[in-house]
Amino acid sequence: MTREKIISEIKEKLGGKIKKFRDKSAGRVYIDIERKDLAASARFVFKDLGARFNTATAADHPDSIEIMYHFNFDRQALIVTLTVYAPKGDCAVDSLLPMMRGAEWIEREIHELFGVDFTGHPDIRPLLLPDDWPKDKHPLRKSCVLTDYNNEKAKRKKEGQI
Amino acid sequence: MSLKKKALTKSIGVFHLSTGSCNNCDIEILDCLTPRHDVERFGITLVGSIKHADALLITGIVNKQCRPILKKLYDQMPKPGFVIAVGTCSAGRGIFRNTYIVDEDEPLDKVVPVDVYIPGCPPKPEAIIDGIVKLIDKFNTGKGEKK
Amino acid sequence: MSHKVTIPIGPYHPLQEEPEFYKLVVEGEKVVDIDVRIGWNHRGIEKLSESKSFDQSAYLVERICGICSTSHPLAFVNAVEDIDGIEVPERALYIRTITAELERIHSHMLWLGLAGHFLGYNTVFMWGWRYREPVLDILEAISGNRNNYAMMKPGGVRRDIDENEIPGYKKILNDELIPALEMFKGAVLDDPVLGARLKGVGILSKQDAVDYSVLGPTARGSGYDIDVRRDEPYAAYDRIEWDVILREEGDVFAKTVVRILEMIESVKIINRCFDRLPGGPIDSMPKQVSPGDGIGHHEAPRGEVIHIVRSDGTNRPVRHKVRAPTFMNFPSFKKTVIGETIADATIILAAIDPCYCCTERLTAVNHKTNKMVYDAQKMIHLSHHKTWDLGKSMGFSDKELIKKMGKKIE
Repeated sequence: MTREKIISEIKEKLGGKIKKFRDKSAGRVYIDIERKDLAASARFVFKDLGARFNTATAADHPDSIEIMYHFNFDRQALIVTLTVYAPKGDCAVDSLLPMMRGAEWIEREIHELFGVDFTGHPDIRPLLLPDDWPKDKHPLRKSCVLTDYNNEKAKRKKEGQI
Repeated sequence: MSLKKKALTKSIGVFHLSTGSCNNCDIEILDCLTPRHDVERFGITLVGSIKHADALLITGIVNKQCRPILKKLYDQMPKPGFVIAVGTCSAGRGIFRNTYIVDEDEPLDKVVPVDVYIPGCPPKPEAIIDGIVKLIDKFNTGKGEKK
Repeated sequence: MSHKVTIPIGPYHPLQEEPEFYKLVVEGEKVVDIDVRIGWNHRGIEKLSESKSFDQSAYLVERICGICSTSHPLAFVNAVEDIDGIEVPERALYIRTITAELERIHSHMLWLGLAGHFLGYNTVFMWGWRYREPVLDILEAISGNRNNYAMMKPGGVRRDIDENEIPGYKKILNDELIPALEMFKGAVLDDPVLGARLKGVGILSKQDAVDYSVLGPTARGSGYDIDVRRDEPYAAYDRIEWDVILREEGDVFAKTVVRILEMIESVKIINRCFDRLPGGPIDSMPKQVSPGDGIGHHEAPRGEVIHIVRSDGTNRPVRHKVRAPTFMNFPSFKKTVIGETIADATIILAAIDPCYCCTERLTAVNHKTNKMVYDAQKMIHLSHHKTWDLGKSMGFSDKELIKKMGKKIE
C-alpha cells in the first residue's frame, strides 16, 4: 500500500469526522478529530490499516488538554497523528484498551501528569509519581511551576535572610 | 592501627544504591570491577546486603520515591561506615536541580552525612577509585572523624 | 575466576517490607501473575526541558539513560530538524551514524555481560565488559567522554573526527573487536548449556509483539520486522549498505542472536562510514526554529526512541515528549513470564533489555499469602543453580562447568 493510498483510505473512512487535516510533509500527517470519534478512528488506523501504535503525547492549553496519538506506518515511512481535545471542565477521553495493549502505560502516565480521565481503563493508578503526591497537582500542566532556585536565592539575599 | 579502623579500611564492602539516576554512574561503578580497572585487587568488593557494608555508595538525585529508602538504608548500615556520593547528581543534583520530583531543601547531604563527593557526569572509574583512596587516606591520617 | 563477584542487582532490605517493586506472584515454582511499580528513576525531564533552550535540551536528554547517550539526543535533534526541515551537512550525518553505532556495540555488549551474569556465566560478564572498553576508548577519543558524548546539536554535530585518527580507530575495531565478537558468537551461540537455558524460554509470539507494539531486538527476535534505520532513514543509514537482523522464534535465544549479530553488523557500518566520510562542514548553524510540531525517532539499541517537540518560535520547546523503548517493551514482560519458572524470570526480564536499574527491583511473592519468597538475589541464585543442574544433566563434569561459570554452584 502506498502513502497516497493510506491517506485516501483514511479520508474516505473517517470522512466527516475529520475536523482538520494537515499534510505537513512526506512523513508526517496530522488529523484533528472529535473526542467521541476517537475509538472508532483509532480502531480503523490500528486494526484495519495495520499501523503500529507508537505513543501518545499530551499538551496543556489554557482551556483544554490536547492528546495526540501517533501511529507509524513503517513500510511507508509515515507517521499519522490523531489529535483530540479534552476541555478542562470535562477532562476525559475513552481509553483505547483492550484493543491497543501498548496504550496501557501511556494512558496512566497522561492521567497522572495532566489529569485526563481515560474512561474504561482497567487499572488507572499512577505510574511514575510517588503514592503521597497530591492527587490534584498535575506536574506537566503549565500551572505547575518549577522551582527557580536562582530567583529564590536572590530574593532572600535582598530581604537580608542570607 | 586500631582493629575497627583496620576492618573498615582494609577490605571495604561497598553497598551501592541508586536514588534516581540515569545509571551512567552505576555503570562506571561496575566498570571499576571489570578487568581493566579491577578494584577487587585492592580489597574493595560490592556486597548484596547493607548489613555487610562498610561503605554506602550513592548515585542519583534523591527523588521523593527514593528518599525514604535512602534514610532506611543509612540507618541500617553498621556504624562506623562511609558514605560516598558518586556523580554530579548526588553532589548537588546538577542539571536536575529544579525538577518537581525532589524535596528542594533536602539534597543528599542533608539526608545523610556524606564523607566524600566524587563529581563528574559520570566520573571516570579512575576518578571513583581516586576518591575512595583519598577517603581512606583522610580517615587513616585522622583528619576525618567517623561517628 | 577464583573469587566471587557480587553485582549490585540484589535485594535491598526495604524490599522485604515493601514487596511491590516488580512483584512476581508465584505458585510453587511457576509465575502466575506480575505486578509492576516503576518510577524510582523519574526525574521530571519533560517538564525541565520546557525551561531549557533547544541547545540545552540536547544535554538534558542525554542524561535520560546512561547507555542511550546518543540515542536520545539524536532523536531529539531529528525532531527539531523535522519541525522546519533544517538541513544537516553530509559529514555530520556520517559522524552521527558512527557515534550511534558505536553506542549500539557497547550497549549490546553490556547486555551480553549482564545476561551472562544472570545465567551464572561470570566469564561472559567479565569478558563482555572488558571488550566494551576499546569501544569506549574510541568514543572518548571522538567526543571527549566515555559516556554523555554531547555530540548532537540541531543542525549538525558539535565535534569533528580527525582524519589522522581514523586508521587507529579502525585498527581497534578490526583487530580487537571483531575477533572478540566472533569469539562471543561461537561461545554463546554454540554452547549447549546456554542453548538449553535460552531456547524455548520466554516466547513472545509475533501477534503479541504487534499487539503490545514492542520495539527493537525484542520485536525483531519475534519476527516483527521493524527498524527505523531502514524504514525511515536518517543520518547516513540510506547511504551505506547494511542488513536488518531478524529471527522468528521469539524466545530469549532469538533475542540474544539478534543482539550479537547486530554488533557485528554495527562494526561493518562504522567501517563503511569511516571509509566514505565526506569532507565539508559539520554544522549548518540554524539560527531559529519556526513554530510547529516535529517528530524525530532513532533506532536505539533497545528499540525506537521517539521525541515529539513543539516550538512556538522562541528558543525553548513548548512541549517535549520523550518515549523510551523500554516503556513499550516492558508490558510484554507480563506476557512472556507468566507460566515460566522463577529460575527463568531474571533472564526473561533481561531479554527485553530494560534500563539496568529496573532489574534491581524484582521480587517474587506467594500467591496466597502475598509474602515475599524470593528477592532478586535469590532469583539470580536460582538461575545459576538451574544452569549448573542443566549442565550436569547434559553430562558436563564439575571442572568443565567451573570453567564456564567461574565457580561451583552449591
